[in-house]
Parts: sequence; C-alpha cells; structure tokens
Amino acid sequence: MKKTYNVEVDCPNCAAKMEEAVKNTKGVKDASLSFMTLKLKVEFEDGADVDAVMKEAYANCKKVEDDCVIEL
Amino acid sequence: MNKKQKTILYRIIISAVLVVAVSILDAVLDLNVWISAVLYLVPYFIIGYDILKKAWKGILNRQVFDENFLMAVATVGAIAIGEFREGVAVMLFYQIGELFQSVAVGKSRKNIAALMDIRPDYANIVVDGQIEKVDPDEVEIGTTIVVNPGEKVPIDGVIIDGNTSLNTSALTGESVPRDAVCGDEVISGCINLTGTIHIRTTKEFGDSTVSKILDLVENSSLKKSRSENFITKFAKYYTPAVCYSALALAIIPPIFNLIIGNPAAWLTWIIRALSFLVVSCPCALVISIPLSFFGGIGCASTNGILVKGSNYLEALADTKYIVFDKTGTLTKGVFEVTGSYPENGFSKDELLYYAAYAESGSSHPISISLKKAYAGKLELERVNGIEEVAGHGVMAVVDGRNVAAGNVKLMKKVGASVTSEHDEGTAVYVSVDGVYAGCITISDVVKPTSKEAIAGLKASGIKTVMLTGDTAKTAQRVGTELGLDEIHSELLPADKVAQVERLLGQKGAKENLAFVGDGINDAPVLSRADIGVAMGALGSDAAIEAADVVLMDDDPSKLALAMRISRKTLKIVRQNIAFALAVKFACLILVAVGVANMWVAIFADVGVMVLAVLNATRALKIK
Repeated sequence: MKKTYNVEVDCPNCAAKMEEAVKNTKGVKDASLSFMTLKLKVEFEDGADVDAVMKEAYANCKKVEDDCVIEL
Repeated sequence: MNKKQKTILYRIIISAVLVVAVSILDAVLDLNVWISAVLYLVPYFIIGYDILKKAWKGILNRQVFDENFLMAVATVGAIAIGEFREGVAVMLFYQIGELFQSVAVGKSRKNIAALMDIRPDYANIVVDGQIEKVDPDEVEIGTTIVVNPGEKVPIDGVIIDGNTSLNTSALTGESVPRDAVCGDEVISGCINLTGTIHIRTTKEFGDSTVSKILDLVENSSLKKSRSENFITKFAKYYTPAVCYSALALAIIPPIFNLIIGNPAAWLTWIIRALSFLVVSCPCALVISIPLSFFGGIGCASTNGILVKGSNYLEALADTKYIVFDKTGTLTKGVFEVTGSYPENGFSKDELLYYAAYAESGSSHPISISLKKAYAGKLELERVNGIEEVAGHGVMAVVDGRNVAAGNVKLMKKVGASVTSEHDEGTAVYVSVDGVYAGCITISDVVKPTSKEAIAGLKASGIKTVMLTGDTAKTAQRVGTELGLDEIHSELLPADKVAQVERLLGQKGAKENLAFVGDGINDAPVLSRADIGVAMGALGSDAAIEAADVVLMDDDPSKLALAMRISRKTLKIVRQNIAFALAVKFACLILVAVGVANMWVAIFADVGVMVLAVLNATRALKIK
C-alpha cells in the first residue's frame, strides 16, 4: 500500500534526513521525499496500521528536523 | 515571496543596518571591547536566533552535524574569540543564502507548476436546463458536460454535440490545433478553442488523462537519480568528516607548537578551524542537483515528454542503442494511398474514382484508405451490384460501367491485361469494362519527422535498430529509406524480446538501451529495455503505465529532444558538482593554511550556493 503526503520543510538536506527517518520507521517498507515537489511517498508493509505508522514516522522526522510538517 | 521569506528579509535588513551602524560607531569612538560585544550581539541574535535554537535542538535530538550546528559553532566561536563583526556577518550571509535558495526553489516550483497548469478547476454540467459549475471530482461516468471556448476539457469523454478545434499543446507540446467533431474522443487537459461542445464522460476525473499526467509529473522527482543519491550519501559522511577535521585543525597544530617549543597560537588556529567549518557547508550541492533534475523534467514536460523519474532522465544521457518498433512508431500505422499508376488513357482522378466507388461497400482498411484518398463525397446511388470475390477483390457497376478492383488474379478473371506490376505495400488493380485502368498502391506511411529523427540520433553516435513483425520486403524499404543501422523483420512479440536481450548482452556496462514503441503489444519489451519509451501515448493508459518515458504525441524527433534535455541537465549537474567541490576544497586548504580568512569562507559557502542554484535553473530553459 502506498500513500503520498504533502510536506513542509525548508532545506534539502533536512528533506533527505526526514526521508531516512521515515524509511527507518517500523511498518514502512520504503519512502521517498522530493524536496522539489514537497511530496512524501510512503510504501507501507502489508498489514501495517497506516495512521499509527505515520504518527510514529512524523515523530521520528521531528527528531531529525524540528522545523518540518507532514500533512497527515 | 511568502510570509516566512519576508520575515527573514526584514531580519536581514535590520541586522545589516545595525552591523554597519555598530561598525561605524566602533571605528569612530573606539569602544570598549565589552560594550562593542554587547552592541554586536543585538544584530547577531536578530539574525541568528532561529539557527541557534535549531542547532541546540539538534544537539538535544543527537542530530549534531547539520548546517545549523556548523553555523552556530562557527559564529559563536568567532564571537568568543573577539571577531564580533565576522561572527555576525557569517550568520547574516548564511541567512541571505538561505533566503535566496528558498526564493529560487519556490520560483522553480511555481514555474513548473505554471508550465503544467493543466489541472481543470471545474466542470460544467447541465442541471434542469441550467449550466452549473461543479468540482470535476464529483462528475460521474456518463454525465454530459459542456465545454465552452477558452475552457479546459476537464474529463475524458466523447463529443456528443458540437464541433471545435482543440489546443493540445499543454499535453503534447504541439502547437497546431486538433480538429474534433461529434463522435470523436477528447482528452482532458486540452483547451477548447472555437466552438461549444457537449461531452459524455467516459472516465472519472481521477482516471482521466489530465490526472494521470499530473500525478506522473509530480511523482517523477521521487524517483531519484544516481547523482542525487550520491550527494545525499556524500553529505552524510562529509559533514561529520569536516567537523572532525576542523576540531583537529583547532587542536593539533597548537599542541604541536607547544611540543616543539613555539607559542601555541591557539587563537589563530581556532579562527582557521571556524572558517573551515563555514566553507564546508554542503548546501550548494544538496540543493542544486535535485533542482537541475527537476528543471530538466519540467522542461521536458512542456515539450510533451513525460519522464517518470530523475533516474530515467539520467539514464537517457547514456543511451547508446535505440530500438524502434516500426508500425505506429516510425510509420503512421495507418494505410494511405501512396501511388497511382493509371494506364490506357485513364487519368489519376478517374482511376481513384472507380476504385473508391467499387470499394465503397467495404470497411476493409484498404477500402477505407481508398475512400479517404478520394476526397469527394460518395453518392451511393451511382454504384450497384457490388460483389465481393473472395481472395480476389470486388466487382461493381459504377455509372453503368463494370468495374473490378482487386489483385492480379481478378484482372485475369475479367480479361484485363495488367501492363505493369507494383510491389510497394498493397497494390489494387482496377479495370473498367474489361479494360485495365491502372493500379493504386496503398502502404503504411513513414512519419514526416522519422528520417530527420534517425539521422539526428545517428549523428550523436547512437546505434539505431528497427524491429518489426512486418514482411522483410516492407521492413527493408522503410529501414533503408530511414537509414537505420539494423533491421529485423517478421518477428513475433517473443522474438522482439529475444532481439532486445541480444542487444542488451552486446552493449557495454555503462551504455543504455532504449526501446521505443507505440505501447500496443510491446509492454514486455518496454519493461525489458533499460528505458522504455512509449510514443503517441495520448489517451493510452497501458503505455503510460508500462513506459519510463512517454512521448505524448507521435513525433519521433521528440526522442532526440528528450536526449538533448537529458544530456544538458547532466552537464549542468556535473558542472555544479565539479565547481562546488573544487571551490570548496580549494578554500578549505587555503583556510587551513591561513591564506584565506573568514570572508573568503563566506563566499565559498553562500556565493557558491547562489551560483550553483542559478546554474541549475538553466535546466528549465533547455531547447
């Protein structure tokens, strides 16, 4: 299952770090964040609770880049 | 500029004014060091408080080595050792650079959004005889929508009333309007030019062409290129490496000095270490490379070339083999009358007249192309007694004369003597009252731009191969006319895959193979090739799904354009990588040995970034 989210982030390096953080979240199979379009595409593992996983992913992103927003 | 950017701009202006004022005051009054420190700290906090906060939060979250940290350490360090003005200036210039970057990126985003401004805002539906504007998402399949001149077609459908011409340039890059009459299928994203049309929708908005294309373009930058991944990885190791080097630069030389008995010169080395940190910021690379690819993809989109990811744009540049499908790719895939050879006193017009009337009752592709070539309207009462002779052709009475149209066997049957045989495409021989009237040849026509496209590709060192299921004779004719390097004919779909596999085995490791097809029956080959290119994909969902690069219209010369955009984008990317790294490393060394000061360091950071971003925005304007 794949979903795309809108993201707000200021610098490309931070975007790369957020991508890494989402990727390392449990329940996420793969993730890609484009700084240019400010879109985050997340592929979830089968049977993952999307809302819970994204909440966790968002928290992880906040850790690496405090100044970011994911529109859940 | 948005609100956030404006706030930063004001902060920059205020603190810049303050710094200048304090500098003048300091120079004139020769202030006490403590007083000037306090005075400099005011603009420093105005410009840098958020950076310091972010750096602090980064430390708390164990994300130490980022730009904010670099800037915080460098400026706090500079201030701590009494270089107040330099400390504020570094922060100031860093913020200017960040602002510039954010404005430049925002502008490119907007540019591309404007180029791809095909998203329809509303659909007109008829409710109780009144036209009502609704969200295209709410329109169900089978609804009748009204599109007035000047409006975008919001949803795919079929015209049920009205004629018009459509501007497809936003989808195909083609500026010549396309005529559409009642019964024609129309694709969302076109702009209606001349007449009001009523359309019965055949798809939901989400499945319509316009949504698919927007989705594809928006997602294309999520598929990252090798260069982008390289930079991300590079930054991951680079930043900590630089921080440790700076630390070493601050500590090792003074200790070494102490050991050999010289004065330690702690201050000098700490200043050098701080400048070193300022230079090292990797943002020039991290921002300009995705920006270049984004620009290249945006530029391609406006020309009707959809590239599904930066990785494919990158791969296109290294393409050395291009394999073409013939029918529908290099040729139009429709039969047209290509020659007429009248005999025994008949004119070309008469020949076509009798042939078209004799074939008027048939819906065979050959008959259709004959009728199409005969521009006049067929008056069906002029023809009667149409009789199909299986395996031979047709016989009919036209204007009271016995006409036969078909192959040589039919001519023999009616006793007409064929004086010249033709072998290009399909030949239709015609006799009138038993007298041979001549021959009309019908064949698949090569697209007008194919020859130029192949020549262009060959000129840039690309090997061109044509694969076709057609007969060897036709393949040879088309292949030689276009000047392809290799021609393989009479292939089944599985044979095409085998041919592509053979070529894949033959090519070098760094060379790519692209397959260009019309998306019909060639999905396996499209996915097997390094880059699958679907052509004339307007409205063909299967092709858009299977291919990596989609040429929206039928023009093969777009392929050469796509490759040109790809090469230029990569050139810009390489320029930026080389330029940024060269300047940075040069400045790092100069700073480390003490030749360059903090001001050079600021240029190496902000200046390089600004130049790299400006260079990257060139990718949007490739022609």
